[in-house]
Amino acid sequence: MKEEQSKEKVKKFGMVIDLDKCTGCGACMVACMAENNVPFKEDESKKLDSITWLRIYKLTNGKSFPDADICYLPRPCQHCGGKGDHGHSPCVSVCPATATDYNKETGIVSQIYTRCFGCRYCMAACPYHARYFNWWDPVWPDGMEKYLSPNVSVRMRGVVEKCSFCFHRYQLAMDKAYYEGRREIEETEYQTACTQSCPANAIAFGDLNNSGHAVYELKKDKNAFRLLERLQTNPKVYYLSSREWVRRAGDNYLKDEKK
Amino acid sequence: MDSALIPRGVKRCPTWQFALWIGAAGAVLLWGVFAMLLCWFKGLNQTNMNDSYGFALWIWADLAVIALGGGAFFTGFLRYIVGKDELKNIINYAVLIGFICYSSALLILAIDIGQPLRGWFIFWHANVHSMLTEVAFCLTCYFGVLTIEYVPLILENRQIDKVPFFHRLGHNMHEIMAVFAATGAFLSFFHQGSLGGVSGVLFGRPFGYREGIFIWPWTFFLYTWSAAACGPCFTIMITKITEKVTGKRLVKQNVIELLAKISGWMIGTYIIAKIIDTWYWAKVTAPAAGFNLMDFYSNNPFYGIWILVLEIVICGVVPAIILTSEKGRKNPAALMTAIILAVLGACVNRWVMVLQVMAVPVLTFENWVMYYPSWQEVATTILPVAYGVILISLSYRYLPIFPQEQELNPEV
Repeated sequence: MKEEQSKEKVKKFGMVIDLDKCTGCGACMVACMAENNVPFKEDESKKLDSITWLRIYKLTNGKSFPDADICYLPRPCQHCGGKGDHGHSPCVSVCPATATDYNKETGIVSQIYTRCFGCRYCMAACPYHARYFNWWDPVWPDGMEKYLSPNVSVRMRGVVEKCSFCFHRYQLAMDKAYYEGRREIEETEYQTACTQSCPANAIAFGDLNNSGHAVYELKKDKNAFRLLERLQTNPKVYYLSSREWVRRAGDNYLKDEKK
Repeated sequence: MDSALIPRGVKRCPTWQFALWIGAAGAVLLWGVFAMLLCWFKGLNQTNMNDSYGFALWIWADLAVIALGGGAFFTGFLRYIVGKDELKNIINYAVLIGFICYSSALLILAIDIGQPLRGWFIFWHANVHSMLTEVAFCLTCYFGVLTIEYVPLILENRQIDKVPFFHRLGHNMHEIMAVFAATGAFLSFFHQGSLGGVSGVLFGRPFGYREGIFIWPWTFFLYTWSAAACGPCFTIMITKITEKVTGKRLVKQNVIELLAKISGWMIGTYIIAKIIDTWYWAKVTAPAAGFNLMDFYSNNPFYGIWILVLEIVICGVVPAIILTSEKGRKNPAALMTAIILAVLGACVNRWVMVLQVMAVPVLTFENWVMYYPSWQEVATTILPVAYGVILISLSYRYLPIFPQEQELNPEV
C-alpha cells in the first residue's frame, strides 16, 4: 500500500506529439519563445547559433513525385531519464557544476542559469541538439522588455539554456493548488505553452504515469516512438505517426536491418 | 649585461640578441592576449563555435597539451619511482615543459568558459558524476605539484642560490622530490583518464562513446596510456628543437634513446589496446546504436577513413616499430620522424575525440556540421606557444636546466 502511494506521487511529465497532425505552422515555436523570454538576434539567418528551445525539423522521405512525402517534427528538450530511467540524463550526468538537474518528483530536466558557467559539456552530450548557448547578451527591441514574462528569468551571455517544459507553469499551478488546500493538480492546470498554442491539437502534455491523463494512453499507441531510443537516453517526448518511414527516421539502423 | 644571472660554465647569446628573440615571441603573445581580452570582454561570439560545436579548437588544444605535457609525470615516474637514473639529465626539462603545458591548459580553459568569473563553481558546486569535475580537481592539484617541482629549478639560479634560505629550501625540496613525483603520477593517472572519459561517457554520441569497467570507459585508460607514451616524445622533440635553436648539444644521446625506447614500448602496447578498442567499438558498440563504422567516415567533406589510418597506422604503428628497434633509435632521421609522428598521433587522437564527435550527425534528419576556428580562437591557441617559448628561453638562459650542457659543450 505504501509502495503504491509513493508510486502515485512520482510524476513523469511528458509529451506525445502526433506528427500526422502537425502542419509545421510554427505556432508552438513562437509561443515557446514568447512564454520563456527566449532571446533572438537581429539577423537570424545563421541558424547554428540561434536559440530555439522548440525547433521544428522538416523531414522528407527522399522520394520524388508522386511518392514524395514530408513530415514536420517539433523537437523540444526530450527530458531524458537516462539509462534505466534513473535520472542520469546525458546532460545531467556530465555537468561539472550541477547546473542542470533531474527533478525526481516531475521527471523534468532543469537548467540553473545562475550556476551554469558555460563549459558547454551538456551541449556536447545531448544528441538532440536541444541545448543552446547564449553567445550574445539578450537585446530586446525598444519597448519589448515590457512584454517579457515576469515568471521566467532572462538569461545572460555565456550560459546554456533549454526547454523547461514551462516549469514555471507547474510551479504556479502547484502554488494555486496548495493555496486551495489541494496536494495535486488537474491535467488542465499545467500545460506547456506549445501544447496550448498548437492549432492542430498535435501536442498532448501531461503526466505519463497518471492513467487519468491523455498522454498515458497515447504513448502506448502502436505508432508511438521516441527519438534515438537505441541510445538508451529514455526521452519523455513520444511521437506518433502512421507512416513507417517517419517512425524509422526516429532512430539509426544498420543497412538492411529490420526494425 | 645579465651575465651575473647566467649559470657558470655555459655560454649564452648576447643580451641584444636575446631581447630581440623575446621581443618577437612577445609580439605573438600580445596578439594572443588581445584576442583573449576580446573573448573575455565581448564574449564567445568572437569564436566560430556554435550550438553544434560547443566543444571545438580550445578543448582540443587543452586535451592535446595535457597529453603532451604527460612527459613530465611519466619521466618523473621513471626517474624517481622506477629508478632510471640517467633520466635525471632530462627531467628538469620535462618538468618545465609539463609546467608550460598545464598552465596553458588552465589559461585556455579560463578563456573557453562562457562565464569565466564563475569558474570556481566547478569546485564549489562539484558534480561527482562528471568527468570534468575530476579533471578540474586533479588538473589543479597536479599543476600545484608541477609548480613545486619547478620552484627548486628557479632556486638554482646563481643569484638566488646565494641566499642561504633559498639554497637550503632548494636542497630540501630536491630531497623529497620523489614524493611529489609519485603524487604527480597518481594525479596524472586520474586527470589524463578523466579527459579520456570526457567523450567516452557520452552515451548520446555514438562516435565518442565507449563501454568500460565500472564508471570508467575504455578511453579513460587509453588516454592515460597514450599520454605516458607520447608525452616523453614531446619532451624529446622540444629538446631537439632547443638544441637546433641554440646550436648546442644539451642532452646525451643515450638519455634520449632510453626515453625513446621506453616511449616506443609504451606506444606499441598502447596502439595494440587502441586497435582492440577501435575494433570492438566498430563491431559491437557502434552497431548497437545503429551505426556502421563507415557512417562515421563518409558523406562529409573532411572526415574520411584516412584520419583513422593516420592516427592508428601512420602515427601509432610506425613510430612504435621505429622506437622499439635499436636501429631505428640510432638513426637520427628515423628517430626524429618517429618522435614527430607520435606527437602528431596524440594530437590527432584528441582532435577526433573532440571535433569529430561534434561533427557526426546523430539524429537521422541532421547533417554533418563542419567547423573552422576564428582568428581569435587561433590567436588564443598560439598564445600558449609564445608563452612557452618565452618561459623556456628565460629558463634556459638563467637556470641550469640541462646538467650535461657543460660537459657536452666545453669552452675552448
